[in-house]
Amino acid sequence: MLIQSTVFYFFSTILVASAMAMISVRNPVHAVLFLVLVFFTSAAIWLLLEAEFLGITLVLVYVGAVMVLFLFVVMMLDINLAKMRAGFARYLPVGVLVGVIMAAEMAVILSRPAFNVQKPQSKPADYSNTQELGELLFTEYIYPFEIAGVILLVAIIAAITLTMHKRSRAKRQSPARQVSADRSERVRLVSMDKD
Amino acid sequence: MITLTHFLVLGAILFSLGVTGIFLNRKNVILLLMAIELMLLAVNMNFVAFSHYLDDLAGQVFVFFILTVSAAEAAIGLAILVVLYRNRETINVQDIERLKG
Repeated sequence: MLIQSTVFYFFSTILVASAMAMISVRNPVHAVLFLVLVFFTSAAIWLLLEAEFLGITLVLVYVGAVMVLFLFVVMMLDINLAKMRAGFARYLPVGVLVGVIMAAEMAVILSRPAFNVQKPQSKPADYSNTQELGELLFTEYIYPFEIAGVILLVAIIAAITLTMHKRSRAKRQSPARQVSADRSERVRLVSMDKD
Repeated sequence: MITLTHFLVLGAILFSLGVTGIFLNRKNVILLLMAIELMLLAVNMNFVAFSHYLDDLAGQVFVFFILTVSAAEAAIGLAILVVLYRNRETINVQDIERLKG
């Protein structure tokens, strides 16, 4: 029990500190890196909650793909940092005030006895979270699972069509015109004298 | 003893930090998207905590779908951002006012 509390407080301290750093650092690249730390640490907390599959998925999908995409875009765009930071100090008091009030209100509600659920029985050693989740996904939640696949397909197509850039000067083949060419417009037979 | 309340309060703090991040970085679209990711993570934290303490795997299935949809959202958002930067040379929220009547 003590080990669990220690692990929980250790990781949640890192989590909250890096989330604060993420919203307040000056450099967007540093903000992305702090968000990576946030995701990594919450994966550790999810492991504490015995959600192994989702913890690993968070690291692989979020740290591995989404945050790299963010980093790529941040580095690709040339951002005027000073202009972007304008108004930071002006909105700091109201932002912090709203955040603190929201967190305090939620904490008051959440510390009611109704939420004070004790830890359930530990699962046996050969219990596989991934297997249970997979069985649930492929039986009861098969239609939502397929819809998720369609959503990802739509996202792929949308992202590609949005960023596809037609260059007018580039030389390219037109297969339709190549296929529709016929003999009469390419070959001209001329009859010539022998000499 | 760590109870459900601990995880829910952690999620609430993360969510408030995400809202504060939107207040503070309201010029930079990339940081706004990142603050939204932080808020989604807080929601996922609540789902996983409830799923563990109530011993019901449906919460984790829900987190799986939220991760899918938010990955798609981030991809499309960043694609829109790249197109916006290509056309306007800026990602400052205040410079994006062409639709203003």
